[in-house]
Amino acid sequence: MLSIEVILAGAMMASLTLYVLLGGADFGGGVWDLLAALTKESGRKKAQRELIAEAIGPIWEANHVWLILVIVLLFTCFPSAFSVISTALHIPLVLMLIGIVLRGSAFIFRSYDNRADNVQRRWGRVFSIASLITPVLLGVTVGSISSGRIQIKDGIVTSGFVHSWLAPFPFAVGLFALALFAFLAAVYLTVEAKDEQLREDFRRRALVAAVMVGVLALVVFLFSFTGAPEIRRDLSASWWTWPLQIATAISAMGAIWFLWTRKFRLARVCAAAQVTLILWGWGAAMFPYLVVPGLTIQNAAAPAVTLQLTLIALVAGSLLLFPSFYYLFRIFKSNPEGATSQAQTTQRARPQDRE
Amino acid sequence: MNNLLAARSQMAMSLAFHILFAAAGIAMPLMMVIAEWRWRRTRDEIWLTLAKRWAKGTAILFAVGAVSGTVLSFELGLLWPEFMKFAGPIIGMPFSLEGFAFFTEAIFLGIYLYGWTRVSPRAHLWAGVMVALSGAASAVFVIIANAWMNTPTGFSFYAGKVANVDPIAAMMNPSALGQTIHMVLAAYAAVGFAVAGIHALALLRDKQNLFHCRALAVALAVGGVAAILQPLSGDILGQMLAKNQPVKLAAMEGHFKTEKGAPLHIGGWPDENAKTTRYAIEIPYALSLMAFHDPNATVRGLESFPRDEWPPVKIVHFSFQIMVAAGTAMMLVALWAARRAWLVWRKKGPLDSKWFLRAVIAASPLGFVAIEAGWMVTEVGRQPWIISGVMRTAEAVTPMPGLVVPFISFTLLYVFLGLTVLWLLKRQVADSPRVYADAAKPVEGAGYAFD
Ligand code: HDD
Ligand code: HEM
Ligand code: HEM
Repeated sequence: MLSIEVILAGAMMASLTLYVLLGGADFGGGVWDLLAALTKESGRKKAQRELIAEAIGPIWEANHVWLILVIVLLFTCFPSAFSVISTALHIPLVLMLIGIVLRGSAFIFRSYDNRADNVQRRWGRVFSIASLITPVLLGVTVGSISSGRIQIKDGIVTSGFVHSWLAPFPFAVGLFALALFAFLAAVYLTVEAKDEQLREDFRRRALVAAVMVGVLALVVFLFSFTGAPEIRRDLSASWWTWPLQIATAISAMGAIWFLWTRKFRLARVCAAAQVTLILWGWGAAMFPYLVVPGLTIQNAAAPAVTLQLTLIALVAGSLLLFPSFYYLFRIFKSNPEGATSQAQTTQRARPQDRE
Repeated sequence: MNNLLAARSQMAMSLAFHILFAAAGIAMPLMMVIAEWRWRRTRDEIWLTLAKRWAKGTAILFAVGAVSGTVLSFELGLLWPEFMKFAGPIIGMPFSLEGFAFFTEAIFLGIYLYGWTRVSPRAHLWAGVMVALSGAASAVFVIIANAWMNTPTGFSFYAGKVANVDPIAAMMNPSALGQTIHMVLAAYAAVGFAVAGIHALALLRDKQNLFHCRALAVALAVGGVAAILQPLSGDILGQMLAKNQPVKLAAMEGHFKTEKGAPLHIGGWPDENAKTTRYAIEIPYALSLMAFHDPNATVRGLESFPRDEWPPVKIVHFSFQIMVAAGTAMMLVALWAARRAWLVWRKKGPLDSKWFLRAVIAASPLGFVAIEAGWMVTEVGRQPWIISGVMRTAEAVTPMPGLVVPFISFTLLYVFLGLTVLWLLKRQVADSPRVYADAAKPVEGAGYAFD
């Protein structure tokens, strides 16, 4: 059962999981940037936005590469799946790309232009709106490939360019993804906030988001009866379903409980576990499909040599990658209480030697 | 605009946009690291300021490079699904390796940009070195993939199906080495010259400003060395083409008839119907000499290939002329810079003469012009194939209708981003520091004294 193609599909899942846990939270940060507008007091609004920018700044580009890795693994190891997905989902993917482009560039334009307040605010708006839309489209993609709406005959997509994704189920998954990302971001920010009031702001937001996640999970579940019958059946018939559901529920409760009792680090662990379990639950229900119902891990796999070499490259690359990531996060995420936003201020300050 | 043309245009536009930022991502880190290293050695604050300034510019460029690169990864499938289905298993390997290079690049760039006060100075410098190395590595890997499209190896056909896939052999394809060297040098040359031009312009106005003097010196050193090596590596590529892609070479040269002792055409107007290149300056034997290092060698002309396998001759020919002209001009400016540096070294004269600064400014866009033109040669010269001799571009394109819409959307988006980046960089440059010799600490060496 654990053949090489399954291992590589697992590596793709792992990469997707890391993308959601890390990159997803960066998008979620954008959502809270947008919603900071609801805070009336302008000082706190500003403080929230600054905290978000500071949290995302050094790491979002590295986090983003997890998505690239998913794509590269997909086209190297399962080329026909890549080709089918990018044909059937052309439209949502193009929209998602526009979102990705705008999010990234607006964020950097905002942080590196500190002259005109007006221009900066406009970039901030672009950044946050793009952060809102992109996760939905990512979710639509995931929803579509699990829905069974993408029909293939002889390797050619026969379900058209719209039918495959324009349905309630993919969009329900899209909104669910958005809620998850926002939830993760809020929970992480409670740990990263340096002052009490900010932490309370994000604690409240995290709790609201947790409720949204629960509600949307229910919506996705209900839509899945008609929207994704195949994996719905798998999910209810398999022996692992109940343990998985229970574990997910426990971590969800845990996250809420620890937020409630202000044990933020533990809340962070629970939230990450919850999201991971949701993703792997989806992955297990998809198994062995890559695109329901036409493509499986086996029938889409590349020749064995390619798979072997890719696996070797992955292992070798990880030896370089994980220590580097560890180093990055240790530098920027290790002592939230102690460190002030010093790096940020020196970055932003005009060079002292300018006269 | 038909769908195939829209797809080709979208791909061309996205790549032409990405390469500007990718080149910066390859070369800027090297220059930052040199400046920071000088600071560590001399403790002269000007160097540190320079490194920080360049880092700020790089942060903007890198982000746009990262997002436009992401678009490209998807576009491979969005526009060319049949190509990827075929090529993925064969040439996915360098893309996977490139993925890891992106990781190290993004991770250490984060540390470099935001970690000035968080890591030790030594670790900081090393982070910069890692960024510079992984930038070059990501270019190498992606160019290997492109070289494979030009000279595909590492598989065979058996009963109409792909067999004997060998990703390592695919990576070792005959164009890989030459193209990677040429492109990495191109990035250093183009970015070095562009940066040198900006600082030269500032120096024309503000002659004594040490900040710009040093910046100019580093940029010219990086750009100049690369510009001097570039024609050499181009010559090697030309010989590879003669062997492996004779149609492309013939189109580049506007060379129609198979000839012994073939002449080189400079300029001119290739006329595909009359099968001749008019109004060109002809240098006898030069093409044979260049392509085979033998004045009497036979060079195949376009006529010896089926008409439906000719690339668009005019575009390829003109682009090639532009690249070579730009390359020659840059090499001359680089030699001039070397001469001036020598004079400064011998304390016989200043680095900046007005005319020299003007020449540097005039040459500053040429590297990027040459990069774009060179890619036109490579990519348009491969047409009508997406994989030379194996798969036609028309067979690879997506069935998705209405591709004009995404083409126009991405074009508008990129024009907007490009203008914004220019505007932001301009504001950064306008804010650059003013430091003069008398106010600063003792100036090291004579190389930067400007009077
Ligand atoms: C700074 C940029 C730059 C400069 C000064 C030059 N080139 Fe170049 N050239 C490139 C930048 C470039 C490029 C954009 O980077 C290309 C496109 C594909 C590639 O690998 O490099 C290229 C491609 C390219 C090719 C086609 C390779 C192929 O299709 O496989 C040839 C034959 C040359 N070049 C030759 C030259 C010569 C003889 C030059 C002499 C002055 C020269 N180049 C200067
Ligand atoms: C089809 C072609 C290409 C694809 C699919 C592609 C893909 C990508 C991707 C996904 C990124 C983002 C990585 C990140 O998030 O950090 C990127 C960035 C980069 N690419 Fe490309 N790329 C292509 C062509 C090129 C070429 C021709 C070069 C160089 C010669 C190049 C060099 C780079 C570099 C150095 C970066 C780092 C980011 C930067 O410095 O701007 N790429 N590319
Ligand atoms: C960044 C520098 C590059 C530039 C400026 C560039 C430019 C172009 C241009 C002008 C075309 C259109 C050719 C035509 O249809 O007439 C094209 C096509 C294409 N390029 Fe590149 N290219 C670059 C690098 C690459 C790399 C590194 C890869 C792949 C790894 C690549 C893959 C493709 C593909 C798949 C097409 C579409 C098929 C075709 O038209 O042949 N390009 N590129």
